[in-house]
Amino acid sequence: MFALTLALAPAGLLSSAALSQAQAQAQAQAQVRPSEGYTSPRTEHGHPDLQGNWGTATITPLERPAGQGAVLSDEEVARLEGREAEFFQAGLQPSDPDRPAPPAGTSVGGYNRVYFDRGDRVAIVDGEPRSSLITNPADGQVPQLTPDGERRRQELRDLNARFGEYDNPENRPNGERCLVSFGSSAGPPMVPNNFYNNNYTIVQNEDHVLILTEMVHDYRIVRLWDGERLPDHMRPWFGDSWGRWEDDTLVVETTNLHPLQRWRGIPSDELRVVERFRRTDDSTIRYEFTIHDPAYGQPWGGEIPMVRLDDLLYEYACHEGNYALFNVLSGARAQERQARESQQR
Amino acid sequence: MNGIWQALGNAHWDIEPHTARAALAMQPGPVVPVPAEGVLALGAIGAVPAGMGIVVGGEIPYRPEALAQREQNREDYLELDPEIKCYLPGVPRANYMPYPFQIFQSDSKFFIAYEYAGAVRDVYLEDPGPPQVDSWMGQSVGRWEGDTFVVRVNGFNGYTWFDRAGNHHSPSMVVTERWTMLGPDHLMYEATMDDPQTFTSAWTVRFPLYRHIADNARLGQFKCVEFVEELLYGDLRKTPIGSEEP
Repeated sequence: MFALTLALAPAGLLSSAALSQAQAQAQAQAQVRPSEGYTSPRTEHGHPDLQGNWGTATITPLERPAGQGAVLSDEEVARLEGREAEFFQAGLQPSDPDRPAPPAGTSVGGYNRVYFDRGDRVAIVDGEPRSSLITNPADGQVPQLTPDGERRRQELRDLNARFGEYDNPENRPNGERCLVSFGSSAGPPMVPNNFYNNNYTIVQNEDHVLILTEMVHDYRIVRLWDGERLPDHMRPWFGDSWGRWEDDTLVVETTNLHPLQRWRGIPSDELRVVERFRRTDDSTIRYEFTIHDPAYGQPWGGEIPMVRLDDLLYEYACHEGNYALFNVLSGARAQERQARESQQR
Repeated sequence: MNGIWQALGNAHWDIEPHTARAALAMQPGPVVPVPAEGVLALGAIGAVPAGMGIVVGGEIPYRPEALAQREQNREDYLELDPEIKCYLPGVPRANYMPYPFQIFQSDSKFFIAYEYAGAVRDVYLEDPGPPQVDSWMGQSVGRWEGDTFVVRVNGFNGYTWFDRAGNHHSPSMVVTERWTMLGPDHLMYEATMDDPQTFTSAWTVRFPLYRHIADNARLGQFKCVEFVEELLYGDLRKTPIGSEEP
């Protein structure tokens, strides 16, 4: 994932400071304002108002580290956030101009730390600092694959094994091809990536909710009536999403995901995602997701705070500046040429 | 203005008045020019239909050097039109491409989601100040003048065009759009282009937008990046299609 377009990185860099500020503010508020009893502001149509810009960058990982409780103590929060701050500061130090070249054949590394905006705070949900985004099952781990799930993942691996990693554009990841945001940023489920641009814009009218993901300007349109679902063979990148209001919560169900959407290596053709959006204070939406997929032995999911972002989103024009894919493919061709030439000598 | 809208007509081929022609790109023939190799196979489907244009007054007031650039753009059309590469379309081009777009409007937001390339515009209702960076779709700031939604768009990167006929602008262009409902299912759209670097005077396009009223109307998805990978990267495959084994 390191061969990404450098031209895009400033977007992550520039929004970093503002996001941290907004997050710090929001977290201060979240700690003194539990969600119980919070009444969401309303739109002109009387629905809970989720509109605005939101960020999900956090250092809380998807899965819970071994030996860790679900809720972090104050000391643990201080240690994790302190370590992240030190890590970031270390990355700001000037590079040593006299350092030797890395050993031949090893990775030369990727971006400097300043290009990343993966958050610098732990996720706080309902006032609790969380050690993992996954909360279901209670152990904070992605459940085991069923034999059927293993088979589907293996089929995908077998398909990939028929090609070299750099043979064709189609052998590269979706994100590197700029087809969609990487990881599961636009989802569903919408899960923060460990890189940057974990920002969203939500717009509502009477019968739609639009969710824009900053990365690759991926947008989802959620329809709020009981309309005609897409036929099975129509599979847009972010699926077919239908929503309803349950009191103050927006509940969205999505099916028909694109076959190339393969978060965690599992083809999403049998995936159904249920998402729940609820305002828990002036600056937070509690975002819950549940994955229903026969690849796993049970439904699973988690909770992610979407924290109000008091800043604008950037245009993430990925494809237009995609030097990465060009360079990755032409680099592989150059290596092949070199290998042929050295064989001939 | 909530709903799915689309322009009718042939302005996306050429915003100026034009007769039909055989293809987007031509090559010299023994008698007259004929469709270029790259578009020949499309036959009549690849031909350009006639249109009365959408430029008020008919002609774009180019500066001489900008007009020469337009002619160059036509000459090298297949290499230069950003639409061929699935690049973001810019404004106003996004509004008369042959794809619908959906407006999401509320008391606090005005957002346009385009089917083509998944382009988006968050039209700010409060002016955030100068654009933070140049971009393909520009920065849009809207305000109501009576029943007309007036949007000022600037901060362009200058890489976008107006149509498939090489009409172009500079990064300093400022577009002023005027969106006015004519009835429940019709909008009149107007955009004035202010770009002294490219044009001798400001000029305007005007055309109606039509609401999609079918019961099952919904915005499709045309994320075309993967559709142009063979065009852009095909020669970088380990074994380019049609080539010998290496």
